Amino acid sequence: MLEIKDLHVKVEDKDILKGINLTVHPGELHAIMGRNGSGKSTLANVIAGQESYEITSGDILYNGTSIISESPEERALAGIFMSFQYPVIIPGVNNTYFLKAALNAIRKHQGKMELDAVEFLKLIRKKLAAVEMDEKYLHRAVNDGFSGGEKKKNEILQMLTLEPALAILDETDSGLDIDALKIVATGVNNYRRDDRAIVIITHYQRILKYMEADYVHVLINGKIAKSGGENLAEQLEEKGYSWLDN
Amino acid sequence: MKTQNKTIEKVTSQDYQYGFVTDIEQDTIPPGLNEDVIRLISNKKNEPDWLTSWRLKAYNNWLKMNEPNWAKVDYPKIDYQSISYYSAPKDKSDGPKSLDEVDPELVKTYEKLGIPLEEQKMLAGVAVDAVFDSVSVATTFKEDLGKAGVIFSSFSEAVQDHPDLVKKYLGSVVPYTDNYFAALNSAVFSDGSFVYIPKGVRCPMELSTYFRINAMNTGQFERTLIIADEGSHVSYLEGCTAPMRDENQLHAAVVELVAHKDAEIKYSTVQNWYPGHPETGKGGVYNFVTKRGICEGSNSKISWTQVETGSAITWKYPSCILKGDDSVGEFYSVAVANNFQQADTGTKMIHTGKNTRSTIISKGISAGKGQNTYRGQVKIMKNAEHARNYSQCDSILIGDQCSAHTFPYIDVRNPSAQMEHEASTSNIGEDQLFYCNQRGISTEDAVSLIVNGFCKEVFRELPMEFAVEAQKLMEVTLEGSVG
Repeated sequence: MLEIKDLHVKVEDKDILKGINLTVHPGELHAIMGRNGSGKSTLANVIAGQESYEITSGDILYNGTSIISESPEERALAGIFMSFQYPVIIPGVNNTYFLKAALNAIRKHQGKMELDAVEFLKLIRKKLAAVEMDEKYLHRAVNDGFSGGEKKKNEILQMLTLEPALAILDETDSGLDIDALKIVATGVNNYRRDDRAIVIITHYQRILKYMEADYVHVLINGKIAKSGGENLAEQLEEKGYSWLDN
Repeated sequence: MKTQNKTIEKVTSQDYQYGFVTDIEQDTIPPGLNEDVIRLISNKKNEPDWLTSWRLKAYNNWLKMNEPNWAKVDYPKIDYQSISYYSAPKDKSDGPKSLDEVDPELVKTYEKLGIPLEEQKMLAGVAVDAVFDSVSVATTFKEDLGKAGVIFSSFSEAVQDHPDLVKKYLGSVVPYTDNYFAALNSAVFSDGSFVYIPKGVRCPMELSTYFRINAMNTGQFERTLIIADEGSHVSYLEGCTAPMRDENQLHAAVVELVAHKDAEIKYSTVQNWYPGHPETGKGGVYNFVTKRGICEGSNSKISWTQVETGSAITWKYPSCILKGDDSVGEFYSVAVANNFQQADTGTKMIHTGKNTRSTIISKGISAGKGQNTYRGQVKIMKNAEHARNYSQCDSILIGDQCSAHTFPYIDVRNPSAQMEHEASTSNIGEDQLFYCNQRGISTEDAVSLIVNGFCKEVFRELPMEFAVEAQKLMEVTLEGSVG
């Protein structure tokens, strides 16, 4: 589904990613771990198409096709979703309205009928229940006045609603209390399916206690220093990242 | 920032979508202004002597006045002698009796603009007093309104048919001494609309007028007078677009509203005149308008709602004089300044009556090199016990080459007054656009989503059909502003 080949990325003349290789198949859940500044968020943003990052060499393939010259919107329509580390506030824009616009853009792209307000409300109510969010959030402006945990739950709500094939969750677990963490993890677990892949980017191993990662990768200084199974995350917890420093 | 600049460049390259000039024979007075020109205008319109002399007094007063320069707008000096002050579509007889008799070219123009002069729209309940350049050519639904006792006609017709009403109220809210542009208008006004709602009547339909500037080199000087007698209610809609053209066009309109005891006037405007060439700013309309209403009687209400997306320069402060006790004034505004547009707009709320209340909601949108200024005055006079005002002025910036300014003037002379003022400035950030894009929403849709969210409080004050039009207009105006 996702194939990253020897990816080098620069931000304002600084090399951030220095040769990333990663292959994600449908049905898999990958965790990418690493310290602050190791390039984790850069990787997520580059896959989503953030334009302030410059790809100097390498390629990103999605379903066998290079996407690096595609716009963020084209990638989103093709089924790539990123849960933001810092979800953006859009004052005045109703959360329901925003989600409906996004869903209908995607449905239109897929050649499906757009949902009207009534149909959408029916759908969204089900999704809300899955992340234990109150209906009042629908009527608030996008992320406006949301607590850290509410914002992250809102990201997962969007994922559940938009049903992407590839979901990249950028530090979705950070800033969550234990209850919210469980809700988010459950949401993600229930979302897993043979034809969907999930990449979780995180500092901490704790979210992996609530979900099963097929692969764990450790990102150090712009490169994947080590890949392994779930026990790699446990080893990291015990020994710290310095264990992998050269 | 790179993306955003690209965006701005693209906004700037947005063409005016309603640009075309209709080929119609015009009856035009040669450029220039003097007493003879004013007499000629008055004579062409077969006006009574008192009106001719009122115009002349206004003219002589205007000669002694100076063009105001306090607004935050910048434009080359206007040569008032190069403007033609009268232009009317030529009619062979005494004017058309029905739409069939109207010049087909003219009807085509209206159709291009989507002006509801046709059957379907009439059935939708909109009475139209269409102003083509300076003279009204078609008035519909007059009969229905007549049954309710409502007078809705062109200003010229009102001068002939209801001279007493015109004489009583003309200049009663905006005297010709008020300001430079109002004085000029009073001297040379060509036509406009006149509305009188009798006691206790709720006007059975929204009254709508479409203004349009078409003749080359002709200033447009509209005069509108709306009187709502005791306990009556009226909603008036005004909207306009203009053809693309090369030189600046001066528009100096005057609108006067009078609300008697328990009456309510709702005045809504969607303004979309040619803003000037997107890359140079050349050729846009100068919109110097004086709009003012008086809540004459107790418990009366005047509500201004405006969506200003066009014009090169907007100088406009729809105001309310709250004279009657317990009267209410409202001002809801969305003003866009894109490319080289300059907008200096706001309101004045003058509280003289007891327990008077006013609300001001202003939303300014700046994009391209646009410059947007809110200028508002709230004045609580000595006898206005327990007056209240709430003001909210929000600005949004798209890109980093535009600007927003807020000048709220507050003058309170009664200690029992309650004043609240809120203001905010934000911009459409690259992060917001990326967030929308990442959810599959195109950049253009994202901008319109964000801007419409920003304008929501004002749009919901517009009558339904206008609200839809306003949203569409906003999309067209800011199309391509990002990405």
